[in-house]
Amino acid sequence: MSDNLIEIRDLSFAYSDRMVLKGINLSARRGQVIAIMGNSGCGKTTLLRLIGGAMRPTQGLLRVDGVDMGEVDQRGLYRLRRRMGMLFQFGALFTDMSVLDNVAFQLREHTDLPEEMIRDLALMKLNAVGLRGAQDLMPSELSGGMARRVALARSIALDPALILYDEPFAGLDPISLGVTGNLIRRLTDTLGMTSVVVTHDVHESLKMVDYIYFVSEGVIVAQGTPDEIKASELPYVHQFVHGEEDGPVPFHYPAPSYAADLELSA
Amino acid sequence: MINGLLNGVRRLGHRVVDMLWRMGVSTRFFLLLLLHSGQCFRRFHLIIREVFSTGVLSLIIILVSGLFVGMVLGLQGYETLQTYGSEEALGVLVSLSLVRELGPVVAALLFASRAGSAITAEIGLMKATEQLAAMEMMAVNPIARVVAPRFWGGVISMPLLAALFSAMGILGGWLVGVVLIGVDEGSFWSQMQAAVDFREDILNGMIKSFVFGVAVTTIALFEGYDAPPTAEGVSRATTRTVVTSSLAILGLDFILTAFMFRGV
Amino acid sequence: MQRATLDLWVGFFVAVGLAAMLFLALKVGNMGAFDSAKAYEVKASFENIGGLKARAPVKSAGVVVGRVADISFDTGTYEASVTLKLDSRYPFPKDSSASIMTSGLLGEQYVALEAGGDDKMLANGDRLKLTQGAVVLENLIGQFLYNKAEGEGKAENSAQ
Ligand SMILES: Nc1ncnc2c1ncn2[C@@H]1O[C@H](COP(=O)(O)OP(=O)(O)O)[C@@H](O)[C@H]1O
Ligand SMILES: [Mg+2]
Repeated sequence: MSDNLIEIRDLSFAYSDRMVLKGINLSARRGQVIAIMGNSGCGKTTLLRLIGGAMRPTQGLLRVDGVDMGEVDQRGLYRLRRRMGMLFQFGALFTDMSVLDNVAFQLREHTDLPEEMIRDLALMKLNAVGLRGAQDLMPSELSGGMARRVALARSIALDPALILYDEPFAGLDPISLGVTGNLIRRLTDTLGMTSVVVTHDVHESLKMVDYIYFVSEGVIVAQGTPDEIKASELPYVHQFVHGEEDGPVPFHYPAPSYAADLELSA
Repeated sequence: MINGLLNGVRRLGHRVVDMLWRMGVSTRFFLLLLLHSGQCFRRFHLIIREVFSTGVLSLIIILVSGLFVGMVLGLQGYETLQTYGSEEALGVLVSLSLVRELGPVVAALLFASRAGSAITAEIGLMKATEQLAAMEMMAVNPIARVVAPRFWGGVISMPLLAALFSAMGILGGWLVGVVLIGVDEGSFWSQMQAAVDFREDILNGMIKSFVFGVAVTTIALFEGYDAPPTAEGVSRATTRTVVTSSLAILGLDFILTAFMFRGV
Repeated sequence: MQRATLDLWVGFFVAVGLAAMLFLALKVGNMGAFDSAKAYEVKASFENIGGLKARAPVKSAGVVVGRVADISFDTGTYEASVTLKLDSRYPFPKDSSASIMTSGLLGEQYVALEAGGDDKMLANGDRLKLTQGAVVLENLIGQFLYNKAEGEGKAENSAQ
C-alpha cells in the first residue's frame, strides 16, 4: 500500500463547460494535516468534493486510499466513504435530531451495535470535542463554534482514515477558532487519521498543518511546509500571508477602465 | 406585435418542455424511491415517525373540517330534499357525497396544504443546509433514509385521514339532520345502508385516497428534493407543492371517478 | 419528543383511523348485513326495465331481500335480462313474480318480488317466469290521451 492516502495527478474538472480546476498535482501522506488555501471561488470546495467522490474528475487521476475515484462504482464509493469524514462549512447537523443522535447517526446506520454501546461511543466522541454536556441540546440551540465541534464529533464517529474539512474556521471567534484548530491537530494525531483542511485562515493553518497548497484560478501556484511558506517570496503567497489588498489577486473584479465606465471619455 | 406574439409562443414552448422534463424527472425519482424502500420497512420506526408528522399532526384540521362539511351537507341537503318531500334520503345524500367524493378529495387537499407543504419545506431546508450532502458523504443514501420513510408515512396516513373525514362528516350530517332538525333517525340510517355499497362506494373511495396519498407525497418530496438551495427556492417549492398537488388531486379524481362509477 | 410518546400517538391515530373505516364499512355500508357469499342468483327477463340500474334493491313486502347484480340485453328475445342476487336467508317459491316499481318522488326504481304458491323453492341459476316491466310514463300518458280522444270521437259520433 502506498504511503500516500491521497494521490492527485494532472486533475482537471469542469462544471458543464467551465474549467474550474486545471491540472492539479497534490498528495497527502497518511497521518498528515494538509491545507488547501486560496481566495474564494478558486475551486477549493470543488477539489474537496472531488476527493469525497461527490463528482468525478473530467481528466487526470484521483486516487484515495488506492481507489481510483474516476472508476469506482456506487458500492465501492459508499464503502470508501465509511472510512471518510467530511466537515461541512456550516456543520450541516441534522436539525431534527439531538446532538447525541447526530453523533450516533453513522453508528446506527452502519453498525449493529447495541443501543447502550452506541450511546457510550457517541458520548466518547462528544467528550473528545468537549461537548459531552451538550448531548441533549438540539442543533438550533448551539452556537456556531459548538455546532462545528459537534459536526467534528459526528465525522469521527466511525474512526475514519481521512477527514475533509471545508472552511472549518469560517465565522468563528478567535477563541473557538483556536479550539477548533487544536482539535483538528490533536484528533489527527491521536486517531491516526489524515486531514485535508480547506481554509483561507493563514495564521491558524500555519500553526497546525504539515503541508500547504496554494490554489489560484484552478492551478496550484505554491506549496510547502509552513516554514517554507513563511519564508516564501512568491508575490501571491506574500500577498496571502500578509493580507495585502492588491497584488497578483486584484482588488478589482475585471472591468473596463474606470474612466470609460464614468463616461469621461476624452 | 409579431415579435411579442413570437415571444409568447416561445415562452409557452419553454413551459411545456419544462413541464415534460419535470414529469420525466419526477417519475424517475418516484421509481428510485420505490427501489430504495426496502430499508425503511426493516426499520419501521422511521416510518412511524413520519406517520406522526403527516398523520397525527393533521388530525385536528381533518376532524374539524370533516365535521363542518358534514353539517353543511346536512343543512343544504335537507333544504333541497324537503322540497321533494324525501328528507329521509338525507343520510344517502350525505354519506354518498362524503364517501365517494368529498372525503377523499377534501381530505387530500387539506393534507397537501398541511403535510405536503411541511414535507417540501423540510426536505428543501435539509438540502439548502447541506444535510443531504452530509448524509451522502456518510455513505447513507438520502433517498432511502429521508425520502422513502416520508413517502410511506404519507401513504399510510392519507386513507386513514380520509376515512376519519368521511366518518366525521356523516356524524355532522346526522347531528344537523337527525338531532337538530328532526329527520327520522331510522330512515336516515336504513336508507343510507340500503344505498351505500361497501365495494362500489367505500372501497373505491379508499382506493381514491390511497392514490391521492401517493400523488401528494411524491409531489411534495420531489419539489423539496429539487428545490434550489436558497430561502427563496424553498419557499417557491412549497407553494408549488400545494398548487401542483391540488391540481393533481382534482385531475386524478376525475379520471378515477370516470373509471370507477362508469355506468352505475 | 420521546420515542414512546410518539409511538403512543401514532398507535392512537391508526386505531381511530381504522375505527372510522370500520364505521364506514359496517354502519354506513352495511357490509355485515348482506354478505354476497351467502346469496343465490336468479334471472328474470323484462320487456322494459325503464331506469333500473345495477345495485338497485330487490324488495319483497318492502324489505330489502337482495340486489340487482347485472343487466344485459338478450339479442334472442330482444328483452332485458336482469340477474338478481338474493339473500339465501330468504327462499322464494319457484312461481314468484318480479316487477319493476318506482319508489318515492325522486324515482329510484327497484325490483319487487311477490311470492307465489309453489312448493318448490327457487335455486341458484333459476329463471323467473312471471315478470312485469317498468311502467313508462310516456306510454301511459300516450295511452290515456289516445283513449280519451277515441272516447270523445265516439261521443261526437253519437251526438250526430
Ligand atoms: N454546482 C456548480 N455548478 C457550476 N459552477 C459551480 C458550482 N459550484 C461551484 N461553481 C463555480 O466553481 C468555482 C469554484 O467554486 P468553489 O469550489 O466553491 O470555490 P471555493 O474555493 O470558494 O470553495 C466558482 O467560480 C463557482 O462559481
Ligand atoms: Mg467553498
